[in-house]
Amino acid sequence: MKTMVFASRNAKEILRDFLNLAFGIGFPLIVLLLLSAIQANVPVELFTIGRLAPGIAVFGLSFVSLFSGMLIAKDRTSSFMLRLFTSPMQPRDFIFGYVLPLLPMAVAQTAVCFAAAIALGLPVDVHILYSIAAIFPAAVLFIAIGLLCGSLFNDKQVGGVCGALLTNVSAWLSGTWFDLNLVGGGFKKVADALPFVHAVDAGRAALAGDWSSLWPNLWWVMGYAAVILAIAVAVFRRKMNGDVK
Amino acid sequence: MKAIETLGLTKRYGAKTAVDGLNLEIERGELFALLGVNGAGKTTTIKMISGLTKPTGGDARILGYSIVSEPIRVKERINVSPQETATAPNLTVRENLELIAGIYGESRERSRRKAEEMISAFGLGEFAHVRSKTLSGGLMRRLSIAMALISEPEVLFLDEPTLGLDVIARRELWAAIEKLKGRVTMILTTHYMEEAEALSDRVGVMAGGRLKAVGTAGELTERTKAKNFEDAFIALAEGEG
Repeated sequence: MKTMVFASRNAKEILRDFLNLAFGIGFPLIVLLLLSAIQANVPVELFTIGRLAPGIAVFGLSFVSLFSGMLIAKDRTSSFMLRLFTSPMQPRDFIFGYVLPLLPMAVAQTAVCFAAAIALGLPVDVHILYSIAAIFPAAVLFIAIGLLCGSLFNDKQVGGVCGALLTNVSAWLSGTWFDLNLVGGGFKKVADALPFVHAVDAGRAALAGDWSSLWPNLWWVMGYAAVILAIAVAVFRRKMNGDVK
Repeated sequence: MKAIETLGLTKRYGAKTAVDGLNLEIERGELFALLGVNGAGKTTTIKMISGLTKPTGGDARILGYSIVSEPIRVKERINVSPQETATAPNLTVRENLELIAGIYGESRERSRRKAEEMISAFGLGEFAHVRSKTLSGGLMRRLSIAMALISEPEVLFLDEPTLGLDVIARRELWAAIEKLKGRVTMILTTHYMEEAEALSDRVGVMAGGRLKAVGTAGELTERTKAKNFEDAFIALAEGEG
């Protein structure tokens, strides 16, 4: 009950911030439209809607890290958290209260991206639902990154780390904007070692019904999501105790 | 049973002792003002008693429950009105109140009813649908205290409740606090001596982490042979009393 009450508050705080909606939904849609326009004028295999939509959906999720990180960091550094810390809320109420509202938001954001892709010519079939499901572990990963950053940094630092660094790194190393094979070398090795390109490739594989390519990529993302979520929960609990010592 | 009883309550940060073996008893329904200059140890004391900081020595019993071994039982019975803005900025006045009621375990229906009661009691009806970030300082402080009271705490901590308020808003808040006397045990920290004198049943003066004196404002003035309570406080805080 306490968890759900707190989760409801967090959902309202995020959804009532115009900048969150503008960046979380508006910016990825603009990018989708822009790259589709390029594709219409100068056809590029990478920017066909079936390859582009999962990539932009994953890119959009990086803003979920920004929302969650900012909210947690602002709460942590305000007297509002002092009020909550003197209440009977337990650490699990805080953690689930922050994470739970972000999951449907991330799914909704992905669905909006695919709805726009349908308007741009993506064929409507059940593979879209499979692709949204395949991107879900990436949503958990980005939420975990937000929880971790919000626990470690203040809101200005979260703005820098999640708003600038993460959105750029996750975009460049995702294989959405350019083919990583064209760059090759160390850049591709780093990209392959990180989860972002695998998240996009899992979404693309599910959309194409290519199940053999799906699971290796999905395991990679799920592994990262599980490890970063575990670290984020541990750091949050540690910081919570640290803040009250 | 006392509302609050501290037993050699101590807090050390490395080599520095912020609170040194505090022994204090506060009766139920009493408004106790804890005074001291910056660094005297009053904030650390409040933090320990309200469960924000763990003591490094001693204990405190709130309504008979130990802050060390039964912190959740303590937290269910207390609430805090922090010094700075402590509301959820994008939630309305009503939503902020319902949030706190829900966090303290009230059902949705009871939360709504209690929020209405608080809105009415604190004259917030006109602003019930307004997001808290747009409220004036006085209204924000009124909301903050209403949020602290919605859980019907038996012990309430008021940290500089009128800091930064104009004289009218301050008097309004004093009136609201006066109404609670006798029903809720309150610990008030303030830098305004006239506030402590006007509102409190008893005053405790801390300096250097220790409790220097306890009594009514009149008793402390008489004890220090000071002209007024402010002079008495200065004498006690500087160790002359």
